[in-house]
Amino acid sequence: MAKKPIGPVRRAFAPWEDPNAIPFIEFRNVTKRFGDFVAVDNLSLSIYEREFHALLGGSGCGKTTMMRMLAGFETPTEGQILLDGQDLAGIPPYKRPVNMMFQSYALFPHMTVEANIAFGLKQDGMPASEIKSRVDEMLRLVKLEPFAKRKPHQLSGGQRQRVALARSLAKRPKVLLLDEPLAALDKKLREETQLELMTLQEDLRMTFLIVTHDQEEAMTVADRISVMDHGHIRQVATPGEIYETPNSRFVAEFIGDINLFSGQISEVNENDARLFCTVLGQHIDIQGAGKVTAGSNAAFAIRPEKVRISLDKPEPSNANVIPGEVWDIAYMGDVSIYHIKIAETETVRAVVANTTRLVERPITWDDKIWLSWDRDAGVILTK
Amino acid sequence: MDREVHSQAYTKSRLGRWALIAVPYAWLLLFFLAPFVIVFKISLSEVVVSIPPYQPVIDWANGLAGVLDTARQWSFDNYIWLTQDAIYFKAYLSSLQIALIATAITLVVGYPIAYGMARAPKAWQPTLLMLIILPFWTSFLIRVYAWIGILKNEGLLNQVLMSLGLISDPLIILNTNAAVYIGIVYSYLPFMVLPLYSSLEKMDGSLIEAAEDLGCPPMKAFWQVTIPLSVPGIIAGCFLVFIPAVGEFVIPDILGGSETLMIGKTLWVEFFRNRDWPVASAVAVVLLLILVIPIVLFQRQQEKQREAA
Repeated sequence: MAKKPIGPVRRAFAPWEDPNAIPFIEFRNVTKRFGDFVAVDNLSLSIYEREFHALLGGSGCGKTTMMRMLAGFETPTEGQILLDGQDLAGIPPYKRPVNMMFQSYALFPHMTVEANIAFGLKQDGMPASEIKSRVDEMLRLVKLEPFAKRKPHQLSGGQRQRVALARSLAKRPKVLLLDEPLAALDKKLREETQLELMTLQEDLRMTFLIVTHDQEEAMTVADRISVMDHGHIRQVATPGEIYETPNSRFVAEFIGDINLFSGQISEVNENDARLFCTVLGQHIDIQGAGKVTAGSNAAFAIRPEKVRISLDKPEPSNANVIPGEVWDIAYMGDVSIYHIKIAETETVRAVVANTTRLVERPITWDDKIWLSWDRDAGVILTK
Repeated sequence: MDREVHSQAYTKSRLGRWALIAVPYAWLLLFFLAPFVIVFKISLSEVVVSIPPYQPVIDWANGLAGVLDTARQWSFDNYIWLTQDAIYFKAYLSSLQIALIATAITLVVGYPIAYGMARAPKAWQPTLLMLIILPFWTSFLIRVYAWIGILKNEGLLNQVLMSLGLISDPLIILNTNAAVYIGIVYSYLPFMVLPLYSSLEKMDGSLIEAAEDLGCPPMKAFWQVTIPLSVPGIIAGCFLVFIPAVGEFVIPDILGGSETLMIGKTLWVEFFRNRDWPVASAVAVVLLLILVIPIVLFQRQQEKQREAA
């Protein structure tokens, strides 16, 4: 079989940076309470047309409630939800131009794959010939043509996931809602499907909203991520921004791994700052610290892969240098994570790519080493 | 050697499996097949005034020869008789009709109950289930008798309706087919509700949400998703009501009138009033065949579906 061309280069897509862009989906001060429990707390969010947006957070953070309010299964206690300029209040789920792919897939067990995909089209009273061609198109899209006559219980988990996807796409909704769509798949299949979802979204030029607790998944598929916690959005930004410039300790710790050094800002010089870290008993210099005030409490955050380790003390040119001792090494195959003891109560993690074979590892347990990082490698967190 | 150990273990596990299966089979053999064979044997005999009131009686003293000797005297005359007197045919037909209508009413009454139970908060469900089963704690006979007090001309129902001014003359319900329907629906409702509840309760609630999400209004989703998925429960419930209802004797005897024709009553009359055990047995055997055939057909259909799947 000939390989499909991979398509044109994926261009940057950033309507949220355009002040004149009109949001496609808008949550305006939405609050949802279940009894005393506040699932979503006075939350506003704008999502743009053709955006792949991820609601990311742990269980109970309100992400699923947000999606269910958009689908119409829950009614906001306060606030407004707009879709394409239209207020969704009072519109029942079966009249909303959004379709949802359920976490459980919710395939109708008494219907064939074909009938499942055709279900939504039949509700609209589409002519049979059109339904047939649309179903065939959907089956082709998810590569399930040979399985059209099967019942859901005769399919594998991955195939069922694709049927659910095809069914939710068949009506060409304005927004596709994906509720933990890949949670039931194994790791390899999940990674493949993530890429397929991205391609699909690109090809169909549709707006996708995904709910997930898996930060890697959100980072891979989404144009922008809303990090949620206890009914609040902590940060809305592109995966790169979320990873490189988290706005709070919560976001920094939720996304990926991070080393935090608590201390006090001792000096501020325009955009640069100096933080005194009590545990280290040493200053850390930060370039591009943003708005901070001298004397305030803050934390310096740096990702483990931005921390270098060496046996010889590096020249203190434009870097921060700290002595340490190798406490443990976690071998991950492609990289090794070094846990470096820097004080009685503190360790720092440094990720080192395994560019040599394991046996030739230059730095090993108990070695006295030097940690270093560039002044612009980390961020100051005040929240 | 390894193989031997393996095959030994295999034989052992097979023996265990047979022993396990043997228990229900022995039960059925002893309490279903053996009585049936006895009834069938009696149905081939001829009525006489004696104890027992039929002959020939197997002469066990002569061993196999005695059995064969008796067998030579057996005949299907009683079955031929059933076809000659129209009363039996009418009774069978009327029983099937009453049972069918009563089953349909029970389904219509039972479905909303089962649906409500399955949709009720999880914490309430054991209590609701208990309430459904609770009537079994009182004797069936007493519960049917109680309906006389409710349905008779000066009974509870008529008094309530008259005091509300809805009717001026009492409704005549007792000793009519209507009372039989009420009795059957009341008595067999739990047998309908329980299988329906178990199939509805298993249903994934997100299926209804998915249907609505795809543009299906709730009422339509009920017909297109909920009902088809509860078909196994509907079939099980209908069988559990229909089969005992066909042969029902107590309800038509107590609540029904002279025009209520049911095979259970006919059988009772043959057995106790006419002391005609052979004809009564023939009536019972035919009833069993009438009920067994649809069940077998249904099971074969199910198997075919499973094979096709």
